[in-house]
Amino acid sequence: MGSSDLALEIKGLSKSFDRPAVSGLDLAVKKGEFYALLGPNGAGKTTILRMVAGLLQPDAGTISVFGHDAKRDPLAAKRIMAWVSDEPMVYDRLTPFEYLEFVAGLWQIDAETAARRATDLLDWLGLSESAHARCGGFSKGMLQKVALAGALVHEPSLIILDEPLTGLDAGSARQVKDVLKARVARGVTIIMTTHILEVAERMAERIGVIAQGRLIAEGTLEELRASASEGSATLEDIFLDLVARNEVAA
Amino acid sequence: MIAPNSLSWFARHELGLAWRDWSAMMRAGKPVRRSVLAAIFVVVAIILHAIAYALIGSWAKAGIGPDKQTLVWLSGGGLIFFTVMLSQAMESVTRAYYARSDLDLILSSPANPRALFAVRTSAVALTTVGLAALLAGPAINVLAQTDGPHWLFAYVVLVALSAFATALAIAFTALLFKLVGAKKTRLISQIAAAVVGAGFIIGLQVVGILTYGSLSRFTMLNSADLVAAMPPDTSVIWLPAKAAMGDPVALSFTVLAGAGALGLAILFASAGFARYAVAAAGLTHVKSAAQRVRTSFTMLSQKQSLRAKEFKLLLRDPWLLSQSLMQILYLVPPALMLWLNFGQSSSIYVVVVPVIVMASGQLAGGLAWLAISGEDAADLVATAPVSPRDILVAKIQSVIGAIALVLTPLLLLIALGSLTAALVTALGCALAAGSATAIQLWFRCQAKRSMFRRRQVSSRVATLSEAFASILWAGSAALLISLPALAIIPAILAVGALAFAFALRPRG
Repeated sequence: MGSSDLALEIKGLSKSFDRPAVSGLDLAVKKGEFYALLGPNGAGKTTILRMVAGLLQPDAGTISVFGHDAKRDPLAAKRIMAWVSDEPMVYDRLTPFEYLEFVAGLWQIDAETAARRATDLLDWLGLSESAHARCGGFSKGMLQKVALAGALVHEPSLIILDEPLTGLDAGSARQVKDVLKARVARGVTIIMTTHILEVAERMAERIGVIAQGRLIAEGTLEELRASASEGSATLEDIFLDLVARNEVAA
Repeated sequence: MIAPNSLSWFARHELGLAWRDWSAMMRAGKPVRRSVLAAIFVVVAIILHAIAYALIGSWAKAGIGPDKQTLVWLSGGGLIFFTVMLSQAMESVTRAYYARSDLDLILSSPANPRALFAVRTSAVALTTVGLAALLAGPAINVLAQTDGPHWLFAYVVLVALSAFATALAIAFTALLFKLVGAKKTRLISQIAAAVVGAGFIIGLQVVGILTYGSLSRFTMLNSADLVAAMPPDTSVIWLPAKAAMGDPVALSFTVLAGAGALGLAILFASAGFARYAVAAAGLTHVKSAAQRVRTSFTMLSQKQSLRAKEFKLLLRDPWLLSQSLMQILYLVPPALMLWLNFGQSSSIYVVVVPVIVMASGQLAGGLAWLAISGEDAADLVATAPVSPRDILVAKIQSVIGAIALVLTPLLLLIALGSLTAALVTALGCALAAGSATAIQLWFRCQAKRSMFRRRQVSSRVATLSEAFASILWAGSAALLISLPALAIIPAILAVGALAFAFALRPRG
């Protein structure tokens, strides 16, 4: 896999807080790929993604986003990237429409194009009726959908999602998954952490398993199944087996 | 053994929470030894007592009799405290209905909400009296030491006044819920609290300006005309003042009136507490009124987008509006004084300019915290393709813009009378606002905008430096107009306050 085929290339990434959170991580995600990052609580998944999004400074290592060095040229990397966390980043006193206008302004999207995209996204995510009401009264699911619309309105090439389905009801989760699938079909790269293994199993083309700040396994579901102990049928079995083996080895 | 869900059980629970809250506030979230806290408390108490002694020591030593002038003075001073207490009580009682922290848990439990309401409103009364005692305590102690221990009964009067203020706040809030509903009650109550808090002092100043041409709030209280116009000293309106001086009958009446009013207010309002609190909780699940429907975006630059967002959020924040309104209200008397003395005397600027400079510093401090630290979508802004410097510049520009919006009419008014005074005011305001903004920059820590009320907690150094810098720039501006050669002294001290804050700023 050449560097020009990669949406994200991480080499030797390390970050320590009180203890090492990420240790010498190497990771490569292809353009147009849906990549799921799994791991137990405190494994370092969010730390990795926050470093990629430019929200944390790595202690060591390099991050390349579509060939742009995220450390040397962060603005170029940010221009083609979107970040969605499990806590929706939305202003209570703005309406979804105003929020999207603000995001479009930050990413300098042409007003006409951005307004058209915003209308489509709000419609697609079932937010049209609430487009001009302030977000302060919204449910968690609605806020998460507004945040997702904000991430998509500037049509990023790489979308990073940290537990985006946390707290969403089945209907909202389905809407979000449909939107993400459609983006992947259009060639967008998605990297997502999730605790809902069924989502990773169904949606991700490749899955990386993180434990103690290191990538302990990576591949398609079939490849992971092959590397796991016999009898591991589901992703849940494989995940638990890999994590347990890593703990024993540590 | 205290029975669960009883009044005393709730009281113990609330007391524990209040203690932890107070302790966290005093320590500003950092581990501080109790001995250090006690030492700080003693030093502050000594300073406050020294100020009180300097202000009223000689008056008290001469002996204070219950004459009408003294009664007017005490009642007027008491009324200033009472309006501050009422303002604080209104704000706290409103929060008792709207703060959700544990209300959902308690209201969904089989506990009696009336007991909770009684405890929480009594806690409001206690907090209010605590604030009043902090402000009035040094004066009371000085009076007790110089004129006699009977002045210690003034503390009891403070408790009674606090109970009465809380009763009024409860009645007002309950009435608002009934008349305008849960959605508008909070905003109206917060604005009313701001107006009440500043209203009486401003009223005294306005009357003082109109009648005596003085900005001092005490001019009016010392006026012989006012004393002559007041009811005789046997009137019931002097009861609180007489009670403060140790009159047992007046004290009994005042205490009974305060306690009775609070008891009755709790009794009547507690019945509707659960209903109104649930209505207030329901607001988070109700869509707000639809905004003007637009179908197009306006093309803005990144900085313009950031500024537009800041302005929208500032204008839509009722808490901030009420706080800013209070600070703007304090500008009414100097504006009035300017208007009345327009073109007549240049000495007026010595009084007016520092007030405006100080107000601009205080206003800038609050706005700068909101713009720089209070970011609800910090990750969104940080992941946008905008350099951190541009983000900061845009946020500072929005603070300056808001300050300029408030101060421009006043500056124009001054400029019509004296261009020099206007330039000095503009310079002083820029320095005070710039200092407050710089301090907020050095001490910035990401927080939700809803944490605004607790912004002082994050750093005592920042809060004190901000206040000192504003006062010193105000002093420097006043001297620049009256004694220009001396203006450098407070200016150097202001720079010193800034250097002190800069040296103690958090690193990393």
